[in-house]
Amino acid sequence: MTAFALTPDVSFGAYRVWQRNRDATLRNWKTEFLGIAIEPFAIILALGLALGQFVELDSGEKYVEFLAPGLMALFPMFAATFECAWGSYVRLEMQGTYESIIATPISVDDVITGEILWGTTRALVNGTYILIVATILNPWLHMVDSPWAILAVPVGVLPGLLFSSISICFASIARAMSHFAYFFNLVINPLFWFGGAFFPFDAMPRWVQILGWFMPLKHVVDIYRGLITGNLEWGMLGSLAWLAVVTVFFYVLAVKLMRRRLIH
Amino acid sequence: MTSALIEARGLVKHYGDFVAVDDISFDIREGECFGVLGPNGAGKTTTIRMITATSPVTTGELRVAGLDVKEAPRQVKAVLGVVPQDDNLDPDLLVRQNLEVYARYFGLSRDEVRQRIDEALELFQLDDRATSNVDDLSGGMQRRLTIARALVNNPQVLILDEPTTGLDPQARHLVWQQLRLLKSRGVTMLLTTHYMEEATHLCDRLVIMHRGKILVEGRPYDLVAELVGPQVLELRLPPWERDALLAEFPQGDGVTVEQVEDLTYVFGGGTASAMAAERVGDPHRAHLRPGNMEDVFLLLTGRGLLD
Repeated sequence: MTAFALTPDVSFGAYRVWQRNRDATLRNWKTEFLGIAIEPFAIILALGLALGQFVELDSGEKYVEFLAPGLMALFPMFAATFECAWGSYVRLEMQGTYESIIATPISVDDVITGEILWGTTRALVNGTYILIVATILNPWLHMVDSPWAILAVPVGVLPGLLFSSISICFASIARAMSHFAYFFNLVINPLFWFGGAFFPFDAMPRWVQILGWFMPLKHVVDIYRGLITGNLEWGMLGSLAWLAVVTVFFYVLAVKLMRRRLIH
Repeated sequence: MTSALIEARGLVKHYGDFVAVDDISFDIREGECFGVLGPNGAGKTTTIRMITATSPVTTGELRVAGLDVKEAPRQVKAVLGVVPQDDNLDPDLLVRQNLEVYARYFGLSRDEVRQRIDEALELFQLDDRATSNVDDLSGGMQRRLTIARALVNNPQVLILDEPTTGLDPQARHLVWQQLRLLKSRGVTMLLTTHYMEEATHLCDRLVIMHRGKILVEGRPYDLVAELVGPQVLELRLPPWERDALLAEFPQGDGVTVEQVEDLTYVFGGGTASAMAAERVGDPHRAHLRPGNMEDVFLLLTGRGLLD
């Protein structure tokens, strides 16, 4: 039967769900905008400049320069996870939004795909904004060294899809809002601190480097670092492929888990 | 007129070992209001979820507007309007936006449905709340908006799952009035409820469900007339007084007695019932009243509808 088909049953309805989220977000655009606008300044100031004074890197670059690709990876990750973990859970469980949508010609797979596309959109907006801020501050802080940096915007689609899908997977198995403490502490927090955004992995012991390879955020940071500094390497393509495979896996898993949650 | 919009044949739904719907068959015809009456847990909502393609059918056949629900869930959902048991309006959107965004789920543009939405807001007395937050509406208004929302795609069948549960009597009567108006305009409706009064008011035909099975099917007043008879004697007496009173009734003459908690119901007592009520002389203790839908359910199951 269609509801249990192996491949996702996605139609134009996914875009309808994306539109719904866009309209809902634009209603509160001032609040939304404020959060996005201030964040990168705060962290560039606090970590890049204030903490950065005390950090000396082997590569000789300033800490704030080292930090730039990490910020471009971290904040979009947060945007996608907040949207598709907490946000999706609220729509799924508290507001009955999914239930109301699947009573129309839109399928569960459409809903989930639309949600993930929306989470990705938020990640892209966020990442692009940080890139713009970093470029504007370039005369003083030299965070963006190469025009290749512009490619970070389209590349950002991949981590956007990935972190949105992982978050939906979690939302689909959560039974209470408090369960997100597990998600935050076991998934997002380790990625935040140990995803390669704040310190160079090269200087770490071998086993930490191996562990890092399994961290999706590390691959995102590696790609962004290459693009922003202009040091393009073949390894970046490997990272891209790694992200693509893991993204497909979590997307299909997200669809299956949500079907199980909603169709019974 | 007699073509069936919804056809169920031998419909079964299992959840593991639990049988939620146990081999039911029914037809819903164009233009009629069809009721499914039963207590909580009877299988009403599960039946609706199967019709709206959000719960897979275990076995049996289910067709909506000639389409198999298993084969063509999207097409089936496109011709239905669903009013779920719990309001699930979109609190992130304004009242009017709720209808516009919902219409978009059916692939209808804002321009296409502008007039229909204007009419719906007026019909459901929400036109002055078009730019309100959904959370600021009263329960009755939210219910009406949910019904208005179910109509944006001009559905062939309007499905209402306990449409007035949780509403105060005034709000309930307003919803009934609007549903009757829709009915007079020829909207086909499937309605579940555990209020016998609601079923009697609105339904042309109904089934009574209990533990996943259909117990009886018919027109509300016919069922009452056939199964209950014109009058019911309701007794609220201590056991010894009750037994003494019942001993006066003629034996084996179609008289049925049902005990629910501290209440005793006597069906088919005829003149003996009238005499007994007169003898007690206190309507709080012995009350003779017309039969109703609740009595039908009580007779068929030996228990009340609302517990």
